[in-house]
Amino acid sequence: MSTPPPPMSLLAELTHRCPLQCPYCSNPLMLDPRTQELGTTEWQRVLDEAASMGVLQVHFSGGEPMARPDLPELVRHAAKAGLYSNLITSGVLIRPESLRALADAELDHIQLSFQDVDPTSADRIANMAGAHAKKLEAARLIAAEGIPLTLNFVIHRQNAEHVPAMLELAEQLGARRVEIAHTQYYGWGLLNRDALLPDRAQIDATTEAVTAARARLAGRMSIDFVTPDYYEDRPKPCMGGWGQRFLNITPTGKVLPCHAAETIPNITFPTVREASLAAIWEDAPIFNLFRGTDWMPQPCQSCAFKEEDWGGCRCQALALAGKADAADPVCHKAPDHGQVMQAIAQRPQTPPPFRYRRFGNA
Amino acid sequence: MSEATGPAVMTETTVPRFARGTRLQYDRVREVWFIQAPERAFHADPVAAEVLQLVDGTRTLGAVIDLLAEKFAAPRTVIAHDVLAMVAELAEKQVLLHA
Ligand code: SF4
Ligand code: SF4
Repeated sequence: MSTPPPPMSLLAELTHRCPLQCPYCSNPLMLDPRTQELGTTEWQRVLDEAASMGVLQVHFSGGEPMARPDLPELVRHAAKAGLYSNLITSGVLIRPESLRALADAELDHIQLSFQDVDPTSADRIANMAGAHAKKLEAARLIAAEGIPLTLNFVIHRQNAEHVPAMLELAEQLGARRVEIAHTQYYGWGLLNRDALLPDRAQIDATTEAVTAARARLAGRMSIDFVTPDYYEDRPKPCMGGWGQRFLNITPTGKVLPCHAAETIPNITFPTVREASLAAIWEDAPIFNLFRGTDWMPQPCQSCAFKEEDWGGCRCQALALAGKADAADPVCHKAPDHGQVMQAIAQRPQTPPPFRYRRFGNA
Repeated sequence: MSEATGPAVMTETTVPRFARGTRLQYDRVREVWFIQAPERAFHADPVAAEVLQLVDGTRTLGAVIDLLAEKFAAPRTVIAHDVLAMVAELAEKQVLLHA
């Protein structure tokens, strides 16, 4: 196999600890324990390696990355290495002093997540009393500090009606970008699918709200919109192609092509404790498994879109079709498309209670 | 700025600057220039890279155009047209602001 292109971005999951328990969390069902987390110097080495490979942006994520006291040190290290740094946070641990330390460390950007605009609903989704109020306060502190801010709203059947109000809140809080992202259904999201999956009318309404706001806010605030691919004809592209642009490192140092890749069975996950990032990127079986198009089954192999969506999501294929190398069942041409149709047809009228994301609850 | 409009048009008298959280960066691995911005890095073509290297928060676009017309020994009107079109696009993307 030819040498892959250098990666563009690194998602650094510093910890799986988080004060919130969102039922759609993108973390794996088996959360990494604190005792095995990478230490400061290990992360610093990884950041240097990433920069020298050609990574341009590092996204510090979690869990809640602010649960790590060494975060400002890592941000400063990233800046020195020439990496653009982004903090992906729930905001509930932001205080004036901790934010100041991050600004001093030259943090470039913050993505702050909200669960809803209605405080009662938001706190119920996060399963944390008072979380929403803390986030509003965090947004104000970030705006006062002048750090560019993106607000992230995860949308599902229990908050989709509030999209217009979410966009207004983002504008009020001075965000430059807002992400309206429908839940994805693997890991915790799949476990909670009946409680989260919207109906077609809800999707159409959110699309309309986003289109109207884009016209109104052009040049002032940009809106990223992610629809749930269950209602599309074709799957979403897999991260610009498996092992082409993106790297994910888990709290214990496992290096993955995608944050959900740990679900793939019968494969060992390389870790930064055992090998260099470059060696893993180029040679590790998990990265080469679905690189390019040679691995593809039919109907993808002879499909005109195969270099556009790369056959869709491997983790979704695994979750729904039981094989990671199947065409993504979301695709209307996929042999397992019935799985998706069935999930939509069997969606209960009343959403069942959430199964919250926490250690040991999967 | 009025409520309903985007950023004001940039003209030759405008002094542009990078918005906080955006910058021009040379990528030694790929040997190309990138514009680093929130959640994305986009490739700056050679013309954009020449222009953006001259954006320092004090120079007017007119001065940028003069320097490039001289450097490339090209007609000033042509350069002016390209530069103003490019900065308009970057202002729309919230990369450049009025200093
Ligand atoms: S999605 Fe929710 S529970 Fe998961 S890391 Fe983010 S804030 Fe924490
Ligand atoms: S057949 Fe495969 S490549 Fe073609 S659109 Fe469907 S998932 Fe994508």
